Amino acid sequence: MKKLKRREFLQKGALVVAGAAAFASGVTVVAGAESWTARLKALNAHQGQTLLAMSRQLFPHPQLDDSYYIPVVQDLDAEAVNRRDTARLLEEGVARLDSLRGAKFVALTPAEQISVLKQVENSDFFVKVRNSELVSLYNNHRVWKKLGYPGASYPIGGYLHHGFNDLHWLPDPPESASPKPA
Amino acid sequence: MARYDYNDDSVVVIVGSGAGGGTLANELCRKGLKVVLLEAGAAQSPATFRNDEWFAFNQLAWLDKRTTSGSWRIARDFPNLPAWTCKTLGGTTVHWAGAALRFQEHEFRARTVYSNIAGANLLDWPLTLEELKPYYAKAEDKLGVTRTNDIPGLPGNNNFKVMYNGATRVGYRTVHTGRMAINSRPRDDRSACWQLGFCFQGCKSGAKWSTLYTEIPKAQETGRLDLRTRSQVLAVEHDKSGKATSVVYADKDGKQVRQKARLICLACNSIETARLLLNSHSSMFPHGLANSSGEVGKNYMRHTTGSVFGIFRKPVHMYRGTVMAGIIQDEAGLNTKRGFTGGFEFETISLGLPFAATFLRPGAWGRDYTRLLEQYDNMAGMWIVGEDMPQSTNAVTLHPTEKDQFGLPIPNVHYDDHPNDVAMRQYAYRRGAAVYEAVGAVETIEVPPYPSTHNLGTCRMSANPRDGVCNKWGQTHDIKNLFISDGSQFTTSGAENPTLTIVALAIRQADYIAAECSRHNI
Ligand SMILES: Cc1cc2nc3c(=O)[nH]c(=O)nc-3n(C[C@H](O)[C@H](O)[C@H](O)COP(=O)(O)OP(=O)(O)OC[C@H]3O[C@@H](n4cnc5c(N)ncnc54)[C@H](O)[C@@H]3O)c2cc1C
Ligand code: SF4
Repeated sequence: MKKLKRREFLQKGALVVAGAAAFASGVTVVAGAESWTARLKALNAHQGQTLLAMSRQLFPHPQLDDSYYIPVVQDLDAEAVNRRDTARLLEEGVARLDSLRGAKFVALTPAEQISVLKQVENSDFFVKVRNSELVSLYNNHRVWKKLGYPGASYPIGGYLHHGFNDLHWLPDPPESASPKPA
Repeated sequence: MARYDYNDDSVVVIVGSGAGGGTLANELCRKGLKVVLLEAGAAQSPATFRNDEWFAFNQLAWLDKRTTSGSWRIARDFPNLPAWTCKTLGGTTVHWAGAALRFQEHEFRARTVYSNIAGANLLDWPLTLEELKPYYAKAEDKLGVTRTNDIPGLPGNNNFKVMYNGATRVGYRTVHTGRMAINSRPRDDRSACWQLGFCFQGCKSGAKWSTLYTEIPKAQETGRLDLRTRSQVLAVEHDKSGKATSVVYADKDGKQVRQKARLICLACNSIETARLLLNSHSSMFPHGLANSSGEVGKNYMRHTTGSVFGIFRKPVHMYRGTVMAGIIQDEAGLNTKRGFTGGFEFETISLGLPFAATFLRPGAWGRDYTRLLEQYDNMAGMWIVGEDMPQSTNAVTLHPTEKDQFGLPIPNVHYDDHPNDVAMRQYAYRRGAAVYEAVGAVETIEVPPYPSTHNLGTCRMSANPRDGVCNKWGQTHDIKNLFISDGSQFTTSGAENPTLTIVALAIRQADYIAAECSRHNI
């Protein structure tokens, strides 16, 4: 019931509040490089690989290998299992990506892939994948580590004694503007 | 805890437990009135808050569907999320950052001082700063606002250091760690700030004021508060004489129940307060309750906002410590030489990586964008908050077809930027960028507005019942025992974050309600 409500929220272009699926990302363990596609439930292996390639082009970080992007596809797959309209959007979207250059999307050069994506960037399919990836990728704690975001500070008792004011490349403001900690 | 009968028509019903409703509940209980506080959300606590942006958003935010229209960027970037508010005990004071500023004197007289601005539906408040001053003082004491009542300012974090140095180098003079409803030392049985940096996710130390763990438990201590969470009010009802008699709400089991009342106070945050009045239409009031003026839902304001982020060669770690860690106030005053009227404040802001990815450049993708995100550590950020112009066509209306889980029309929020808003935002972007460039920013980013955190004006105060919905006490012009107790009352938006004013108005309203009740006027 609650899940459904959140999913209805995933309107075209809406902010993704992906709920459960997004929070699962951080703990996904990727076994063999190929076996992950075998475990997809709504998408076939080709669709999985195509969405993986797409998600790498949408938010490319050279320091992140496939294992960081596979959860993006897994989250989309999980949603497609529960929602027929999402499944159809992804199927049709992948077919469209494969149709625009006379070769499968996964076989295109990076530059060609980018130009194909530019062609579809206003489609519901594209917006869906982008919004979903924004949460799946950037809410993944392994990605946080790679990009230098530590996440929760409560376990260390906050930054009061952990560098909240440790910037030294500029002078400290006077105490009238910024009193010393109590 | 008190438990009043559904048919007890001697109780005050307050709808919504945030800044307005939570405060009013405590004030009225302390004056000896019986209060039923109805809150749509569930009760969380510092123990159940999590330092995790998306988790906290799903746990605390108002997620019922809304739609948008108009020329504002929000309609394109976040079409189903016009506002960022909470549905939880304590309301949006659970998410708020704690900046607690008074309005300036001239801001209560916008129509007179700014005169007639084309397209703006400006009006003077039926209230002066002088009248509100004693209540501002009470509110500051209640919230424990720093730099008032001999409470020291908070220590500035790294994000503030960047702001301070840049601001003073471009010549700004009023730059400090702000007036914050965050303890800089223990006060009111709450600890001092631990500089957790998750102020928007619910403060786990309790250093930041929220009605959740101040006003509401204090009201409970009186033995006069009947608190009912997960109770969403669907309609306000009235009798043949046009007096409000009761509310109908869906209780925690989804059952619809009717609570009678002597008087009813709405504090649902501007979008829902207006929607509730509109949804409460009847044959006697076909356009909704308290709407003889036709102004319910209109003149919706959300402040002129935007953010500037600077990217530096060296680390800033902006996410460490208070989110609103400092302020530049030099642009807040009256100064028409800048090409717009009204003023604005710069306040530091930080976003965690998940929100940064979503909000820094909505719609962006590709390597240019990820290169930016990879410099997350080296970013400093500031938020612009300025007075926006009330416009008759900026309005909360009922959606013609879409219904919520209770079968009631959902709200549509329409907002067009006024040319004055656009000019202010452009100017503020340039000045904000100059601040960061003065301390060596290699790049600055102009970030479009986030979903509205400040929602104001949909039931505005007016001297003349023709021009607005309530009088200077928040009492609706049409229905004597129906009150507006949140930011919807604002006649204009001012440049300041609104909550201190909402709290001051609630304290003042409590005095008025108690006096009117004892005089048997209501
Ligand atoms: C991220 C963020 C940062 C902010 N920072 C600041 C800041 O630094 N300074 C500042 O001044 N302000 C800030 N604000 C704004 C501030 O939170 C609001 O101005 C303030 O909380 C509004 O008070 P309110 O009483 O009008 O509404 P709220 O505090 O939103 O409370 C309304 C309550 O009513 C409930 N409700 C709604 N409809 C119904 C219904 N039909 N039945 C029952 N209950 C209902 C809601 O669930 C909610 O709990 C911030 C807001 C956000 C989101
Ligand atoms: S920075 Fe301070 S106010 Fe903000 S969440 Fe942490 S302890 Fe609370």
